[in-house]
This record gives sequence, C-alpha cells and structure tokens, in this order.
Amino acid sequence: MAAVTTVTATPPGIRPLKRRFSPGRAAAWTVLGLIVLITLLPFYWILRTALSTNAGLGADPTNPLPVDLTTSGFERALGLQSAEEAVAQGGAGGGLDFWRYLLNSVIVSTLVTGCQIFFSAMAAYAFSRLRWRGRDKVFGLFLAGLMVPTLFTLLPNFVLIKQLGLVDTLLGIALPSLFMTPFAVFFLRQFFMNIPQEVEEAALLDGASKVRIFFRVVLPMASTPILTLSVLTYITSWNDYFWPLMVSYSDSSRVLTVALAIFRAQTPATGVDWSGLTAATLIAALPMLVLFACFARRIVSSIGFTGIK
Amino acid sequence: MSIASSSPPTRRGDGRLAAVFLAPALLGFLVFLLWPTLRGVYLSFTRFNLLTPAEWVGLDNYERMIHDPIFWDSLKVTVEYVVINIGIQTVAALAIAVLLQRLTRSALLRGIVLTPYLMSNVVAGLVWLWILDTQLGIGNEIISALGADRIPFLADETWAIPTIALINVWRHVGYTALLLFAGLQAIPNDMYEAARVDGASEWRMFWRITMPLLRPVLAVVLIMTVIGSFQVFDTVAVTTAGGPANATNVLQFYIYGSAFGRFQFGYASAMSVALLVVLSAITVLQYRLTRAGRTDLG
Repeated sequence: MAAVTTVTATPPGIRPLKRRFSPGRAAAWTVLGLIVLITLLPFYWILRTALSTNAGLGADPTNPLPVDLTTSGFERALGLQSAEEAVAQGGAGGGLDFWRYLLNSVIVSTLVTGCQIFFSAMAAYAFSRLRWRGRDKVFGLFLAGLMVPTLFTLLPNFVLIKQLGLVDTLLGIALPSLFMTPFAVFFLRQFFMNIPQEVEEAALLDGASKVRIFFRVVLPMASTPILTLSVLTYITSWNDYFWPLMVSYSDSSRVLTVALAIFRAQTPATGVDWSGLTAATLIAALPMLVLFACFARRIVSSIGFTGIK
Repeated sequence: MSIASSSPPTRRGDGRLAAVFLAPALLGFLVFLLWPTLRGVYLSFTRFNLLTPAEWVGLDNYERMIHDPIFWDSLKVTVEYVVINIGIQTVAALAIAVLLQRLTRSALLRGIVLTPYLMSNVVAGLVWLWILDTQLGIGNEIISALGADRIPFLADETWAIPTIALINVWRHVGYTALLLFAGLQAIPNDMYEAARVDGASEWRMFWRITMPLLRPVLAVVLIMTVIGSFQVFDTVAVTTAGGPANATNVLQFYIYGSAFGRFQFGYASAMSVALLVVLSAITVLQYRLTRAGRTDLG
C-alpha cells in the first residue's frame, strides 16, 4: 500500500499524450465537448430567462436571447419592487430579503468549514500517524458512522437542538456539522497515511514533536486535499436545504436555499414567475460561482501539479 | 478491512496526544452522530409528536409499516431512483474522470465539469423544472419542433422518477468525477508510460491499470453516492412534491411528511430505521464485493 500512497501525497504531473490524430481521440474529444455543452447550456438558459419578462417568455419561448431585456426579475427577487409592481409583472408580491439570507449562508458555511476541516484533520492525524491502543476499533466506529443516513440523525438532532434552545439560530444550523464528518476524517486519513514515512522520520530525528509534525509536515504536505475538501465542504454547507429547513423559522436564521424554496412556493395564481424565480436561483448560486472562480483554478491545477513544484 | 499503518513502530504509544487530537471530533461524533442514532432507534419504538414526551409503544410502528402500502410503494420508488441515478452517474463520472486524465491537463475543463455541483439541489431542481416545463420549457419546445409530442417530464407517473434521477446526475456527476479523478492522480504515470512502450491500447490500459488501481477509491465513492442517493429529498421537494399520484414519493419524502406534516415522529423514526438497515446491508455487501480496503499494488 505504501507504494501507491506515497504518490497520492505528491501526485505526479499528468502529462497529456502528445499523439497524432486518431479516430479514438476525436471521438473522446467529441464526448467531452458534449458533456461541456450539457453542463453549461442550462446556466445560459437560466440567465436568459432571468433577463426576460414573464409576458415575453410566454410569447416567445424559443428565442435564444432574452425577450424584452429587463432586470425586473432580479428586482423582484431582491424585494426592490413594490407589491403591486411585482404582481403586475407576474410575481407574487412577497418581498424577500436576500441580502440577509446571503449573510446567514456565509456565516453558517464559514463556521462549519473552518471548524469541521480542522477538527477532522486532527482526528485523521490521530488515526493515521499516531500509535495508540484501540485506534483501529475507534476508527472502525467512525467508519460505521459513514453508514448512518443523514435523515436518521437529523430528526433526533432536531430534538436535541430544540432542547438546547437553539432552534431558529445560526448556531443551531451549524452545530451538528461543526466537529467532523466521518467522510472528512476518512478522506484526510487516506492522504495522511500516504505521506512517506521517511519525511516523518527525518523530522523526528531533527527533534520535532508529533504536534509540530502535524502542523509543519502533515498539514502542508496534504494542503491540496485539504483545500479541495474545504471548498467542497463550503459548497455542501451552502447548498444544504433539508436541515436548515427544519431548524430555521424566521428571517434571522433563514439561509438562501430555504429562501429560494419559499420564493418558489409563493407561485402566483397566474402561473410560475419564471423570470423572478430564475433570477433568484442565480442570486443564490452566484456566490458559489465566484468562490469557485477564485479557488478552483488553484485547486484544479494543484491537483495535477503539486508534485513538480 | 485492512487498516494499514504507515507510522514507524515505536516503543511508547502516543495515547495522550491522540486523545487531545481526537477530542473535538469524538465529541461531535458522540453527541451529533452516535447519540442521535441511538435516540432515533429508541424513538422508533414510541409514539412521539414533539410536544408531549415520547410514549413507548413497542413494535406498533413496525407493524404499521409492514402493513402500510404507501411505505412499500415509496421504497420501490426509491430503489428505482437509486438504480437509475447511480447506474448512469457512476459510468458517466468514470468516463469524465478518465477522459480528463488521459486527454488534457486543462484546468478549465475540470472546472467546467464541476460547475453544476456548485448549485444546490434546490437550484438544480428549479433549473430543470423550467427547462422541462411542458408548455414553455425549451426542452419541450425542441421536442415539439422535432415533431414529437410534448413530454410532461415531471408531471407524468412514468417519466417523473427517471427525470429526477437525471437531474441529480447532472448536478452530482462532476463531483463524483472529481473524487475519481483525485484517485487517478495516485496512479504513477510511469505505469502508463511503460504500458505504452509495450504497445498497450488506451482501452487495455484502462482495464489493466486504471480500474484495478482505482478500485479502492471507486468503492468508497460508490458507497458514498449510493447512501446519498437513497436520501434523495430536495429535488423531489421542489419539483414534484412526491406527485403525481405518489409516483415520486421517495422514502425520505414520505418520512419527512410523516414527521413534519403529520407529527408522527415515532413512525417516521421506524421508517428511518428500515432505511438504515437497507443501507447498512448494501454498504457491507458493496464493501465485500469491491474489496475496498485493498489495492493491487500491495
């Protein structure tokens, strides 16, 4: 196992095959092109819809460009329109404070990601590089935790959060995922185990403590998987709907996903307010796109190239 | 499972330090995972409406569950969903991961593939609800332009589950591919170089190098995605709300309705226990079948 794992910690650069044209490669590129189209076209269509009027959407459903270019959908989603104005344009007229939900989502996701990754990394270190009695048994217990379906803990956790008086608070939303997930521990342990033994031995010979090795050797060497995991955790937390739906009951703790579902539920009698709804989905999705634009390039390229630096 | 240790053998253990490092995660594990799990099992033997204390009723909830046709129907619907969802998603994710590994080092492409995963299930559900709308959705406009009948994807009993399964493939396939891709990074490039020198085709390299070495990662990813897939809720909640005629009344949705709609927390817990048992069985089976703990590099 050591042989593979060493490589995981310092992945080799992927050298693309410099080959002449072949039908196989052309077919492979075509498939990849199709995947890109299926991936991206829905986003364009949502943007196009959000910039159209509801009347225009009904009159010209196939126009590839926005129909009657307008920002009224966004204004409605952000609660900037008066109720009468919104209703006249096919909206529901119930203003939602998306700035507040945005802040709530940021607070919860940041808290969860920071704490969860750090605590999980500590546990993963204990499970991979420290020697102690019962280690494999405790790790087996954590592994078993992977098998517990989320809803199974949500319901009793809701009862607990209620008993703690944390219903309808941001802390109540964050608390259950603040300390670890079995997946994060498992994932990081895999990478920690793959760090070459020689590196650790060299540090030990230099007189470094195990704590120092964790901070100065293990964490830096696993920075790529940690960064990847952090962004994924942030996204997961940001996108979580079910748990906040249970815990949050008012504006003070409402996060974007829940607000979006409420916006959808406010469908007016005249038909779905597609323009406003797609604008709202873009508003909810945009921060993750921005986050991704900032970090993804580094993550995505570092996955392939860290080994060379 | 084999738990391989890569630490050097030492005389004294690191017991005390390990306790410190483990403390926060263990606290979270005990309070927010183990305890609620036990409590969930306990609640399944009670009648509990959240307002008055839980009342022990023995096996009543389970008896009711066995005779509840809606429960069995929702289990069937859920399995149908999982088979379609996981089947397509795993093959597609593997294909994407391998294509990215073998074709290009483009970070942009990898980023693009991941994009749908940045959306919540709620957003993905709404996006496709709009695209597949029977009257105005572009999907149906295209179908109509091709001369076929419009398909009420999410309003039809036959189409609804495959549609929801595909919506969730769209959102999750990039993430799954990323996990597999990370696993592919662990395979030494030398092995491909050597195989190529020996004249091996890409197809042969895939089956002889990629698949055997990826298997541990693939096994973990499969276990995770199947568990996640069984818990489908968000997409159903925003697109069909269990309809039409219970055609998309997946187990999680039925459980949620029982708890928060009808305040039958005991019955909801019993169904959750049933789901837990099913998932545990599947996980153990998958783990055995794929020999998740081992790699062929030995």
